[in-house]
Amino acid sequence: MSEDGARGTTALELALAWGFVAIPLLWGIYGTLVNALKLFQ
Amino acid sequence: MTKLIGIAKSAPDDWKLTDLGWIFSIAIFFLGASAAVFGRWVEEGGPRRAMFASAVCFSGGFLISALGVWLHQLWIVYLGYGVLGGIGLGLGYISPVSTLIKWFPDRPGMATGMAIMGFGGGAMIASPLSVMLMGYFSSPTHVGVAETFVVLGLVYACFMLVGAAIVRTPPPGWKPEGFVPPATPKKLVTTRDVYVYQALKTPQFWMIWVVLCMNVTAGIGVLGQASAMSQEMFPGRVTAAAAGGFVGLLSIFNMGGRFVWASTSDHIGRKNTYYVFFLLGIVLYSLVPYFGTTGNLTLFIICFLVILSMYGGGFATVPAYLRDMFGTRYVGAINGLLITAWSVAGILGPVLVNYIRQYQIDSGVPKAQAYNVTMYIMAGLLVVGLIANFLIKAVDDRHHMDLETADEVIGVG
Repeated sequence: MSEDGARGTTALELALAWGFVAIPLLWGIYGTLVNALKLFQ
Repeated sequence: MTKLIGIAKSAPDDWKLTDLGWIFSIAIFFLGASAAVFGRWVEEGGPRRAMFASAVCFSGGFLISALGVWLHQLWIVYLGYGVLGGIGLGLGYISPVSTLIKWFPDRPGMATGMAIMGFGGGAMIASPLSVMLMGYFSSPTHVGVAETFVVLGLVYACFMLVGAAIVRTPPPGWKPEGFVPPATPKKLVTTRDVYVYQALKTPQFWMIWVVLCMNVTAGIGVLGQASAMSQEMFPGRVTAAAAGGFVGLLSIFNMGGRFVWASTSDHIGRKNTYYVFFLLGIVLYSLVPYFGTTGNLTLFIICFLVILSMYGGGFATVPAYLRDMFGTRYVGAINGLLITAWSVAGILGPVLVNYIRQYQIDSGVPKAQAYNVTMYIMAGLLVVGLIANFLIKAVDDRHHMDLETADEVIGVG
């Protein structure tokens, strides 16, 4: 795969890349927020 | 963490907490050293090679650490997580910065904010995942750390190698659609480049070094002690579980601040952003003792959330500040050299908070008030940062690379 970004990105590639990053991150943020609620109990 | 999976007592041959603390210190040292030493290699070889090396080192470090835990040899863990993992961290920290800056010439702050936010976000995934895995692999006679290290190493390898495989740099001269560079460049934003080691000869590099060091020292000291501090300043009102929640909330603001503040710096300028960090920081650190004394928990929490957002923001905005001063060509490598400020702050911040607290308690100050002096010292550190930021001017023309030098450096000439 070329390192030069002259080639475009398909919508599927974009969705997969965002999902690859966002899904674990949202899981981590959700867990942290649930834990943080203890501060207000 | 072991308490979370039900381990209440230590065994006679357990490693001491002080010995284990060295693992983290070695990792942070090698993070800074590798970022400083390999920065030029990362810039000139491209991000894919660097990210691949980072993935091999970081995940390899976990696998070697698993072996160390399995054989109960601490030196192997030092070598694995400390040395190899630290090198992987350093390479992985600087690789995305310059790549993203090149993709977003119109929004360099937002670009570095995204890169550095990823580094903060990782902690939010790794921490609960580690607890979950240790819970899964533990048994009444076994903690499950080695197996957790193996799984984490393989998961990191998978994610990092995918990132290395799909990363791309923009073609030369690439600009986002509709972006027109300003006809008259701003005073503190250069359109030329400074060679990585030439940057070390400029006062601007060292002023930004002081700016970052002061900003991080203040934040990192508080972050490490946030749980104990909230419980000691509000005894009976903040339980251990609530303090854990407080630390989690701080992590979210630390991560969010990286993106929000760095993006804001694209609009108000890098120097002004750091003025906000320092001036607002001085006010907030000075108010913390008052909120502690008056028992105002809500304002105490708000103060620290804003402080931690600015701590993350300081980290994330600095690569864009470097790009403004020294150009895009070697920004990742120069950022690598600047990370030594983080290493110094990583020692200075916790030491200041811990030792001054202990000194206060030994002098008979009640625990609830033991942090007051520390807060004023932190505010004082921010005054030093404010002055350093004030002294930053545009880089002198003689430090810039001319076209022939640039060609020689990248091997064209």
